[in-house]
Amino acid sequence: MDILAVHGETLVIFAAVVGFLMAWGIGANDVANAMGTSVGSKALTIKQAIIIAMIFEFAGAYLAGGEVTSTIRKGIIDATYYVDQPELLVFGMTAALLAAGTWLIIASYYGWPVSTTHSIVGAIVGFSAVGVGMDSVTWSKVVGIIGSWVITPLISGIIAYFIFMSSQKLIFNTKDPIDNAKRYVPIYMFLAGFVMSLVTIIKGLKHVGLHFETSNAFILAIVTGVIVAIIGKVFINRIKIDPKADKKMHFANVEKIFAVLMIVTACAMAFAHGSNDVANAIGPLAAVVSIVGHNGEIVPKSELAWWILPLGGVGIILGLAIFGKRVMATIGTGITHLTPSRGFAAELAAASTVVIASGTGLPISTTQTLVGAVLGVGMARGIAALNLGVVRNIVISWVVTLPVGAGLSIVFFYGLKNMFS
Amino acid sequence: MPVNSIFGVFAKSPIKPIQMHIDKAAACSELLVSFFHASAKPDWVEAEKIRKEISTLEKQADELKRELRLTLPRGLFMPIDRSDLIELVNRQDKIANTTKDIAGRIYGRQLQIPNEIFTDFMTYVERCVDAVKQARKAINELDELLETGFKGREVDIVTEMIGELESIEDDTDTLQIRLRRHLLSVEEHYNPVDVMFLYQILEWVGQLADHSELIGTQLELILARS
Repeated sequence: MDILAVHGETLVIFAAVVGFLMAWGIGANDVANAMGTSVGSKALTIKQAIIIAMIFEFAGAYLAGGEVTSTIRKGIIDATYYVDQPELLVFGMTAALLAAGTWLIIASYYGWPVSTTHSIVGAIVGFSAVGVGMDSVTWSKVVGIIGSWVITPLISGIIAYFIFMSSQKLIFNTKDPIDNAKRYVPIYMFLAGFVMSLVTIIKGLKHVGLHFETSNAFILAIVTGVIVAIIGKVFINRIKIDPKADKKMHFANVEKIFAVLMIVTACAMAFAHGSNDVANAIGPLAAVVSIVGHNGEIVPKSELAWWILPLGGVGIILGLAIFGKRVMATIGTGITHLTPSRGFAAELAAASTVVIASGTGLPISTTQTLVGAVLGVGMARGIAALNLGVVRNIVISWVVTLPVGAGLSIVFFYGLKNMFS
Repeated sequence: MPVNSIFGVFAKSPIKPIQMHIDKAAACSELLVSFFHASAKPDWVEAEKIRKEISTLEKQADELKRELRLTLPRGLFMPIDRSDLIELVNRQDKIANTTKDIAGRIYGRQLQIPNEIFTDFMTYVERCVDAVKQARKAINELDELLETGFKGREVDIVTEMIGELESIEDDTDTLQIRLRRHLLSVEEHYNPVDVMFLYQILEWVGQLADHSELIGTQLELILARS
């Protein structure tokens, strides 16, 4: 108890700094995965992508990031084990942040696409299982989270497959693809706007202090979707159809229309990523703040401190702004034959999956849903060539992340414990 | 700092190189027309110049073929089966090779096409080159096929092109039979060894159309595996 009374402030500041750095790392790292498809298919320039990412990552983090934060803060471990020694939870959560951040830096250095979600979950499980006891981990919850890492890419892949198939059926495989693109692309835009806003309104806004009835939420989401579609339609009508371009490639103009859609899905992707991944940085921080704020009492139902979500959001966009450009430059040209009509299907599927999962509070891996979505489009024979060897390496790096995150966090946990006691 | 991103998943597309390869092979075969005109004059200096061009194009085609094979490692996940693609490029490559052989043989022996059959012979050459061009046209639809996921209307368009290719190949067969008869009726006025080689040239030129048709059937196979 005394530890918290004496060092409480120091611990909160320390956790806040580490959490901020973690958010910064997430922004620097994952921007490539969240925005890469749009840049790779030339729908957006790097600069535009960074600006969109900054706005929507922050919005996603602030407006819809609360639910996952709660899970990370109190779902993975059973707080009753810490009632007598709350400082252990404070040390542990700080250690988890340090561990995940360290692992993120190491992985970035070597260019391994690790998942921030995996590393933080692994780290939390690690310190709790070893530092306190195997029983202190809510294993059922952990199994659920790990299960979601298998299920979500699958769902995302299936959604991507069907979105892609529908775009083929409605647009590409018709007598007049350009007219049909103009007709149906706004509907995809509506879908993107609808799904994003619905989950935000139902799940996210309560952490900001707004409440809506379900029926109102639906109406509001539909209105948002329609607004998005109308704005998109305006831009589509401004596209100059160039008949000469179609001589070389029948679908050049159709892809131009899809490029507008791609901008919408890129916004959705950034929003989804912000809503899901900000929690990895601020979930543990929220736990620390809550314990210290209640003088060592572990309260199951406490509101997020007002400054925590924005801290994470600002961290993410700073990481984006400072590092993102370099990251984007390396992938912008590397993706061959990724057309907007493919990219949009993958992005919309991944974003929808992430947002829906965020709504249930499951911390899933954004990277995983995107890989799943890309494979889904590949299954529909939509991508010229996918490198399955790379997919294998990515999966390996995901699996390795769990024990590494756990190991690191155990080390940091004992380090902190010795430092403060 | 390397980026940790998942975009290494996207491998280099084989479609562009395949199209570049057939472009080279077709450019190669198109030179035959001017080559035969030059050799008939006879202007062997000009003919040699064209033969060199043909040879250069054939080398470039080989280079592309090699590069393409290297971009097709195992473990690539593609809408087209890997072995089908390699077979396709092999068939395309035969066009360039055959063209080079024809020019080399004619130039090496300073072989003259007999005047009596020259006009028919040129029609025959042009028709065989038409077959190559038609094959190129079909291969150039590959990126559109990818856009439509190898389904639907685009498949019909390509199937139609392949049908057209087959009918061109039929034409060349008819022309070849007629030419052989014609050559038979005049062959006693020429050096027997040259005549032997002339028959061989007729066959080789015909092979341009045959290989083109085989490209078409390979493409059909690729479409049928959808």
